[in-house]
Amino acid sequence: MTTEPVNDWTTDYDIFDPDYIKNPLPVWDELRQGCPVAHSRRWGGSWMPTRYEDLFNIARDVQHFSSRNVLVAPAGPAAAGAGYEVPAAFQVGAPPITSDPPVHTWARRLLLGPFSIRSISRWEPETRQLCRSLIDGFIDQGRADAAAGYAQQIPPRVIASMLGIPGDMADTFTGWVRGFLEFGLTDADIRGEAAGAIFSFLRECIEDRKQRPGDDMISYLLASEVNGRPVPEPHVLGTCFLLLVAGIDTTWSSIGSALWHLAQHPDDRARLVKEPELMPVAVEELLRAYSPVTMARVVTEDLEYAGCQMSAGDRVLMSFPAANRDPAKFPDADKVVIDRAENPHIAFGVGIHRCAGSNLARMEMRVSIQEWLARIPDYHLEDPAAVTWAGGQVRGPRSMPVVFP
Amino acid sequence: MIRVRVDSEKCQGHNRCFNLVPELFDLDDLGYSHERNDGAVPPELEEKARLAVANCPEHAISLEDLKEA
Repeated sequence: MTTEPVNDWTTDYDIFDPDYIKNPLPVWDELRQGCPVAHSRRWGGSWMPTRYEDLFNIARDVQHFSSRNVLVAPAGPAAAGAGYEVPAAFQVGAPPITSDPPVHTWARRLLLGPFSIRSISRWEPETRQLCRSLIDGFIDQGRADAAAGYAQQIPPRVIASMLGIPGDMADTFTGWVRGFLEFGLTDADIRGEAAGAIFSFLRECIEDRKQRPGDDMISYLLASEVNGRPVPEPHVLGTCFLLLVAGIDTTWSSIGSALWHLAQHPDDRARLVKEPELMPVAVEELLRAYSPVTMARVVTEDLEYAGCQMSAGDRVLMSFPAANRDPAKFPDADKVVIDRAENPHIAFGVGIHRCAGSNLARMEMRVSIQEWLARIPDYHLEDPAAVTWAGGQVRGPRSMPVVFP
Repeated sequence: MIRVRVDSEKCQGHNRCFNLVPELFDLDDLGYSHERNDGAVPPELEEKARLAVANCPEHAISLEDLKEA
């Protein structure tokens, strides 16, 4: 992927610019002070608010800002016409993340129970065991890739368990999801191929669960009802697609960024080792400072927002990560304050689309950091310049070699 | 004596209040929050009640001072 250099970020930003992916903070600071809602014609055209207040307002105004397309780069024509079977489920998208009310309301209710704190606690022992066995695999070597060899390995296995799918599919899942959300963002062929593979696989799983229902999310969705009728099967397929796609890159990026930060901040590491009760607060601060997810919205009618003339159909990039670094909302916004007491971050969004998987993500972050620090309290980046990052829809480290005594 | 209130119209189930002060908040089966004990805040939890207000991204939590009310 190549991108043209950016001269003016307020009128021509590029979320796939390599320097921006590596470190977006200077751009956000510049935009917040000046613009503060930037515009670009690149990648299908979009607006990008960067102040907390603007993200807060737009996310909550679902009447004017629809979720019908939440990808930060639009699907190109190839996705529909390059010989892939376009699944019927595309017509329902990936509910509820791609839904507006009223469908959103019941589609979301279906997920809230299985993703509540109490339901998610069921997966904690398995997650902890997984982290331990991953660490067992590299601790004697004195080095590891904390992104690819650890963070990236955790969420796909947990979501596989939730879907009732063998854990050895995890690497395949990871490949598909990266194809859809990472490499496929700027290449519609890759995206279409990844989506097609995921849908085909999930359709087989659904057929299997219809014959042999189990104690898993797919069987649960098939057995669920809306308005006294079974949830339509394309809807089940779309929601399973969401569970697979939304629960992998996102959380592994958060875990990776957290370990990246801690690798470079021995004081924070030492404090978390000494004061384990601080971990939940620290997780919220790491979520604020390294929020991985940017979503999109579609403007539903011509309107003016913050002096910007937006037209129906325009796309708005919901830069929650930028909002969470807004100094107007957070004192010392540019610093990680590991015990930050007041932290109303919106890493999981705000309003009716609050990430339904937030309790799962928090649990995976907490457990994976706890287990890492319990075994590897002292470590550092082998070469800070060698860390590679992905960005766009989901930002986080993809390769992060670390060494430890 | 202060009392804490959760606005159920605003709560989106972030669970920040419950994670911070489970003594004051409880969750329904879908993860939406409500106050325990009709919102009564014992003096030793007042500071934590204020933190719950400050951490709610939806501005769904408020405090009322029963003396003033």
